[in-house]
Amino acid sequence: MAVDNELKIELGKQGVFVTTIEELYNWGRRSSVWPMQFGLACCAIEMIATTMARYDLARFGAEVFRPSPRQADLMIISGTVTKKMAPQVVRLYNQMAEPRYVIAMGACAISGGPFKQGYNVLKGIDRYIPVDVHIPGCPPRPEALIQAFMTLQKKIDEQPLTGADRPRHLDAEAQGEFPVPEPGEHDLEPTSNPGVWTVPVVIR
Amino acid sequence: MASNPYFSLAVLFVAALGFGLAPLGLAWVWARVFSPKKPNAVKNSIYECGLESKGDAWMQFRSAYYLYAIIFLIFDVEAVFLLPFAVAFTGLSAAACAAMLVFVLMLVEGLAWAWAKGILTWA
Repeated sequence: MAVDNELKIELGKQGVFVTTIEELYNWGRRSSVWPMQFGLACCAIEMIATTMARYDLARFGAEVFRPSPRQADLMIISGTVTKKMAPQVVRLYNQMAEPRYVIAMGACAISGGPFKQGYNVLKGIDRYIPVDVHIPGCPPRPEALIQAFMTLQKKIDEQPLTGADRPRHLDAEAQGEFPVPEPGEHDLEPTSNPGVWTVPVVIR
Repeated sequence: MASNPYFSLAVLFVAALGFGLAPLGLAWVWARVFSPKKPNAVKNSIYECGLESKGDAWMQFRSAYYLYAIIFLIFDVEAVFLLPFAVAFTGLSAAACAAMLVFVLMLVEGLAWAWAKGILTWA
């Protein structure tokens, strides 16, 4: 940060507003995150409630749920991802505009949740796409989704525009395409994307 | 030129045009210069709710649907003209009423034709 934080507050009291390009840029980014309008299961009902008048996600600049991935930069995985749905979710993620973020909402999106033993349930969407914020709950309450959203905003706010930690859209080398899994004979193929998820070693 | 009574109108027209075109131009410049581009085959493919699109969007419709279009027009055009006719009814001359009657009868004839042809029976 170019200006000392205390100095900034002191200047603010005197009516002088100081900022940096990075701060301004990140303020714009975090205040206009547009989620994609798509729900997978019961968590979607909580997601809908979050956008309505009582919880009012519009306070955070995210009320514009876009019906097309071209205009969205936040994907809220709201519910159980079945193996039938997973390729579509990954394809939609690929079609979203950069920079894009993912919130895994609820136990199912994180790990398969109560349906983890199910033959047709994906055990966590982070096997295929990078997840920024996980919220536990079954389903998480709207407050939890707002908490996740604020966490994401904080994450965006803290990203430096240069250096190794810069956001993915400013990094020309960063991966843009995430392979879409294909339904195989017994499972999705590949069963996970090694670029974003490492298969845990089971020790018996 | 400034004394022309239409001068202010021209100024407003140019301003209105600017209001329309400036955001488009800015959006274009933004997309060209600043927007992060990470194109790939999946991203550039047609958006079809996450599914891969199948077939061609330029499909043909059955020409038999023209019948529904005609029936729609009969009622639609009739409603459009009947309302002003009803509003102005008390002040109309006999000739105007007769003209309207001819018009309505023409439409009724169309309806009778459709009825006789059996289009109104569903499936």
